[in-house]
Amino acid sequence: MGLQYRAAALAGIVTQFAWGFLEILMFRAFYRADASAFPMDFSALSSYIWLQQSFLALFAAWMMENDIMDSIVTGNISYELCRPISIYNMWYTRSIANRLARAFLRCFPILAVAVFIPNPYGIAAPASLLHFLLFLITLILGLAVTVSFCMLIYVLAFFTVSAQGLRIVFTSVVEFFTGGLIPLPFFPEKMQRVMELLPFASMQNVALRIYSGSMGGYEMKKAVIIQVFWLVAVTAAGKLLCHVAEKRIVVQGG
Amino acid sequence: MNKKKSSIKLYIHYISINIRCMMQYKSSFFLNVTGQFLVSFTVFLSMFFMFKRFSSVEGFTYSEVLLCFSTILLDFSLAEMFARGFDSFSVMVRGGDFDRILVRPRGEIMQVLGSKFELTRIGRMLQAIMMFIYGIMASGITWNFSGILTIVFMIIGGTVVFSALFLIYASICFFTLDGLEFMNIFTDGAKEFGQYPTAIYGKKILLFTTFVIPYSLFQYYPLLFLTGRSGNILLMFLPLGACWFIIPALMLWKFGVRHYKSSGS
Repeated sequence: MGLQYRAAALAGIVTQFAWGFLEILMFRAFYRADASAFPMDFSALSSYIWLQQSFLALFAAWMMENDIMDSIVTGNISYELCRPISIYNMWYTRSIANRLARAFLRCFPILAVAVFIPNPYGIAAPASLLHFLLFLITLILGLAVTVSFCMLIYVLAFFTVSAQGLRIVFTSVVEFFTGGLIPLPFFPEKMQRVMELLPFASMQNVALRIYSGSMGGYEMKKAVIIQVFWLVAVTAAGKLLCHVAEKRIVVQGG
Repeated sequence: MNKKKSSIKLYIHYISINIRCMMQYKSSFFLNVTGQFLVSFTVFLSMFFMFKRFSSVEGFTYSEVLLCFSTILLDFSLAEMFARGFDSFSVMVRGGDFDRILVRPRGEIMQVLGSKFELTRIGRMLQAIMMFIYGIMASGITWNFSGILTIVFMIIGGTVVFSALFLIYASICFFTLDGLEFMNIFTDGAKEFGQYPTAIYGKKILLFTTFVIPYSLFQYYPLLFLTGRSGNILLMFLPLGACWFIIPALMLWKFGVRHYKSSGS
């Protein structure tokens, strides 16, 4: 479907490219001001930013399924409720599929260009093969956690009807705590330690940092365990809430 | 004259309809306001933490960047509050709703503006005003007459440029039928990256933001004057010079309206 609007896809890729570029320039200015205060290698940071732009569609909290939100507001949800499948599972797979498709379309052009940008500003090779494999695993885990969280918002929309507000609050909190604005290592150490335990850190933060090797062996193990824990916990909470919502739902509109 | 008066009256009426409409979903409204507040607040927090780690950037201190950040945010929120109707304009064009606007005996810009009045942006506005007051107090600048005038010019210039950008964004929809995501870099991106003086991004970006899209005219140059880095009185009036940008935007819009072919069903 993404290919049907080629101009739009191209414009999107260019936007993300410009965005990543400006971000790197901004960090460069800080790097020049005081290189010793920089918490990670500059090339690791560049890789972080390019990967973040490439896989934006996997982790962007604001990219929610508008169809789901609209169906709750308009009442079309009743059709979906009639179907003999769990809406939670259906929405979950649909979100994952959509995000994967979008990311697949976008990541290659961005990565391809970023590879040719001269060192320290382009994307570097992964720290090792092990790091790369772990990167792939945590990328998928991170995607699953992100979607589980979005599911919570969809389900909560049953209770507030218009979920726009909930969505904005959620999006801004996620963006901040997941390292979307600045990577987690840039926060003060104490804060960072707390933030790493939160479910938000299990989204993009882990994968992007593992790739460039800015996490130690023990840290990586811990991060993966936390990811799995949050995946299970958030999904369970979402399913439970969905169950409650389905029972008390009143469909409005006709 | 009378027509203008009734246009304004109609605009206010549009706004009141929009507000009443939003009040139908009260809890969502308040969450929305909180959310808008949080969006810009988290951006501020990240800047704050950056400066905790690095004491200055390209010679600019925290308080100076704060002033920069808060004026840009205020510019953007002011423009957004009134001109964001253009944001959802692509929906209007694609659905053919713009036909209805054209047949009405009122200016089309005013009607599009009135079609969506984002009261929820009040959250962002609130945040911007708070930031602005904080920025002014923390800046350590002695506010004499020329200083106050400069900052007022900065706000006027910035609001006009951002409004012009929204207008361009909408005008492009006439030709593409869809909002181009690329424009985001000039609106939201400018707000995001404009929190730091444009000069930190290097010479090329500075040139671009001086001569192509005049961000620097209302941000970097007057800031130099405000912080006493330059005594050139000309810099004070540069933000007003940035207002030229509205002219091509209006021209593009007029051109777009003339070439509009209805696409709706």
